[in-house]
This record gives sequence, C-alpha cells and structure tokens, in this order.
Amino acid sequence: MDTIRGAKRNESRAAWIMVTPALLGLALTIALPFLIALVLSVTRYKLDTPLPVLFVGLEQFTRIFSDQSFLRALLNNLVFALVIVPVQTAAALALAMLLNRPLRVMPFFRTIFFLPVIFPMALVAIVWELIYAPGPNGLLNAFLSLVSFGNWQPVDFLNDPVWAMPAIMLLSLWQGVGFQMIIMLAGLQGIPRSLYEAAIIDGAGLWQQFFHITLPQMRNTIIFVALVTTILAFRLFDQVWILTQGGPNRATTTVIFETVRVVFKRQDVARGAAMSVVFFLVVLSITLIQHLYMKQHREVE
Amino acid sequence: MNFKKHHQPFFPELAKRSFLYLFLSIMLLVYIAPVLFMVVSSFKPDARVLSDGNSLCAFLPVAASLKNYHDVFSRIHFNRILFNSLFITGMIVAGGLLINSIAGYALARLQWKGRNLVLGLILAILVIPFESIAVPLFYQFSLIGWRDSYQVQIIPFLADAFSIYLFYSFFIGMPKELEEAARIDGAGPWKTFVFIIIPNSKPVFATVAVLTFLMRWGSYLWPLMVTTGETYRPLPVAMAAFESQVKLWGDIMAFGVMMVAPILIVFLVFQKWFVKGVAASDTGRKG
Repeated sequence: MDTIRGAKRNESRAAWIMVTPALLGLALTIALPFLIALVLSVTRYKLDTPLPVLFVGLEQFTRIFSDQSFLRALLNNLVFALVIVPVQTAAALALAMLLNRPLRVMPFFRTIFFLPVIFPMALVAIVWELIYAPGPNGLLNAFLSLVSFGNWQPVDFLNDPVWAMPAIMLLSLWQGVGFQMIIMLAGLQGIPRSLYEAAIIDGAGLWQQFFHITLPQMRNTIIFVALVTTILAFRLFDQVWILTQGGPNRATTTVIFETVRVVFKRQDVARGAAMSVVFFLVVLSITLIQHLYMKQHREVE
Repeated sequence: MNFKKHHQPFFPELAKRSFLYLFLSIMLLVYIAPVLFMVVSSFKPDARVLSDGNSLCAFLPVAASLKNYHDVFSRIHFNRILFNSLFITGMIVAGGLLINSIAGYALARLQWKGRNLVLGLILAILVIPFESIAVPLFYQFSLIGWRDSYQVQIIPFLADAFSIYLFYSFFIGMPKELEEAARIDGAGPWKTFVFIIIPNSKPVFATVAVLTFLMRWGSYLWPLMVTTGETYRPLPVAMAAFESQVKLWGDIMAFGVMMVAPILIVFLVFQKWFVKGVAASDTGRKG
C-alpha cells in the first residue's frame, strides 16, 4: 500500500514539475499582459510622459468608437473578411477537390500551391509591391493590358483609394490559400469512399455527389476553415504596414494597424490596450459563434 | 474519379481530364509566376527589373549577375541578421519542444489533482490571439528594459498553448501497454517519458517543430515592435527596412531569395511534416 501511495505522490509531483515551465510561461507572457491590457484600457497613460496613471473608466472606449480611423479600420477588416473568407474557403475546397485524386502529378501541384505559405508575409508583400508597380511597365499592369488587348489603363494599385484594398486582398489570397487547401485535403481524405461508391450505384452525378456527400461530410472542416480565415482577416497587419501604411485615405487601415500606430507614433499605451481589448472581443465572438454553430450541427446529426 | 470510367464513354473522360490539367496548369502559372519573378529579378541590374515588367523578359535572366547578392552583403550585415533569425527561431523550436512536450505528457498520461483545471486553462488561453496582447506585452518588457534583445523575441513564444494541445492530443491516443511495462519495471514518469514516450512520438515532435519554425521565421509584428536597430533584428523586419531604405529592386529581391532559401530547404526536406502539421491544426481543434 505504502509503495503505491508513494508512487502516486511521486507521479503527482512529477506532473506539477512538468507543467510548471509551460504554466509559468503562459502566465507571464499571455495571462499577465492580458490582465494588464484590461487594466490599462481604463486608464490614461502614455509611455513617454511622466504623468501618473489616471483611472478614466470607459473613456478610452468611447474615444475609440468616435475615432474615424478606428471605425474605418473595423469596417475595412469586415470588408476584407467578407470578401476573403468565402473566396478563399471556396478556392481552397475547389483546389483540394481537384488534387484529391490518386494521380502521380498531384503531390507536385500540392507542393506548388502550398509554397507561398512558407514565404514570410513581409517577403510576399515586397514581391507583390514590385508586381503592382505603377505605369505600363508594372508586371500586373502589363499583363492586364495584354489580356485586354491594350484597353487597360495603368493603375498605381497601392496608391489608388479604389484599388489599394483589392491589391492587399489579392496578395493575401495568393499567400494563404495553400494553407486552407491542405486542411480541406485532409478533410476530404477522411470521407469514406464507400459513400461515393454507393451514390454512383444509385446513379448520382458529380453535382449530386458534391451536395449530398462532400458538403455535409466536410461541414465541420469548412466551418473551421472559415473561422480561421475570419480571424486571420481581423489580424491583418504585416502587408498593410509594409505596403500602404493604412492609406490612401484610410482605405487599407486595419484594427491592428491602428493599434500599433497609436502605440508607436503617439506612445499611447492605454489607447492601444483599449483597442487590443476590442480586438480580442471581436475574435472571441467569432470563435463563440463558430463553436455554437458546430455544436448545433453535431447535435442535429 | 477512376471508377466513373466504366459508366461513361471514353471521350468525355479524356475531355474532363484535359480540362482538369489545363485548369491546374493555369493555377500553376499564377502560383509560380511571382516566385520566378523574384528569383529572376534578384540576378538583374536594378533598372532592368522595372523596365522588363512589360515583356516576357521579366521571367528570363537577361543580363544576369551576382552583383545584387554582393550588394546586399556590402550594404547591411546580412550574416548577422541571418544569424539572428536562425538563433531566435532555433531557440524557440528547441525550448518549445521541451517545455510543451512535458506539459502535454503530464496532462495526457499522469494522474494528478488539478489536471482538469490546468487543461481548461490551457484551452482557454488557446483563444487569445497574440495581437490582442502584443501592446501590454510590449509595455511589460519595456518596464524591465528588455527591448532590443534576443530574450524578448524568444521567451514569449516558448510556452505555447497550441503546441501543448497538439502534444496532449497525440499522447492521449497512445496505447497504455507501452507505459505499463516500464512502470512495472519501476520506471518513474520522467524515465518513462524519455525512454518510452519520446522514441514513439516522432511524428508529433516533427509536426510541432515544423509548425513553430514556420510561424516564427516569418513573424513580423513583434520583432517590429521590440527591435530598434540591426543588432537583434530578424530577417523579415530587416528586409522591410532594407526595402524602404534602398529602393533598389534587384538588391531587395536578392535579399528575399536569401531569406526564403533556408525555409525552402527545410520545407523540401520535411514537406511531409509541413503538410501533416497544417492538417493537424484542424483535427486538433475539431473536437
């Protein structure tokens, strides 16, 4: 009996020692800053001023929500998500379905479509800056001129209020779709082949197979991909910081861009913390909605 | 779909397959063109990079030389910056594997009070995106004077809730018999972990290593916030700074090629694990 109890105590002690480094790390670099964000967001405090920290209640939040730049940033993130999420999810599913065949060349295509995922976004942004070069010699302008038989008027994509956001979207799509494609591919490979075989015996065509087998079987994967893409859309920062600095005329500003700008350019940590809290609440609500949705469908099934 | 062959005449199958390959080839061009453009441009004189944009020369190495590569080394301390990236990423991968695997093991295989509570905490932390704590974290490290250093770029990323979760999911699926033999021989949790669990868990270690490497190598926001000069700057931040300073496209693309080369090598060698890692990011959270 004693040795068993001793072994148990030993096991318990080992377990605590094993989780302590991770718990300590998470506490100091996530939980603590998270609490600091909550505290700072109800104060007035700037990094470079010796003024004491003042409790101001929800003042930062009322200011944020009357700040035109921040509102525009929220709107931009929303528009970005509304375009990117359906397009990227559909494109990823389509590519995955095309590649989900036992042909020898498919791993090659998969590798190529996945390649941009390993590229740092900073690099992708800079390569695309060159692709978007203004004037008739810019690669994309020249290409569009070629396929429109010379009817394309060259555009300065990144400095044009209309084109800047679509330009950011396009390069993000190019970089990101391979990631979702791999997740979709894994999902597709989890669908039992017997379902398709039975459907074919019943005389189901390709579209019927897609709507009655692929889509229902892929539901949770698709919801997951849509969630991840939505959150990524709200995290949009690197390409905006490097390419447009939120411009022209706030056309490409984003929540994280505004947050970093407030902290960097105005040293306003309290405002930045309040913005971080808003950002967190947005991401949290997206996650909760997705969880409810997934749970509901699992219960229905 | 191979099995459709028996139900349909030969021709539509051939047409379908040609259409498939045509479509995939167009997509292939869309995906390859920017990469090829970058590589080819890195060997060209700066002026040609811009002027070649309107012809197929954009994708042909005309007037090629290694001058741009020499330029990068003469304009900035590229070796130092490459070392910074390798060192920071390497430390995070190595340290992260250690810290997160033992935590995942304790949560999955050991019996102890508080286990469910700790697991719940880690799952809750999984929801917090880094961007929402970047500002207070920056403030926190400014207070203790850690800005512009290696540790400020390494320590926040060692313990990682998602890695712990991946380890946890893998360990919990391992057969009990593996450990029981070791336990009967009197091995404690540590010995069991080192001699039984680790040798049987190569896939999850590889997956976590590759995912961590991928995320950290390209990270931009945090190093942008905490570094102020070349000394501790990693590649992505240095590249963006280089781009805004020199505006010489040949040099910039040469920098880009050298930045992506290490990860490209890692990718081509460990491709299987990249794909598994990404796929695991789904199955991990599905339940």
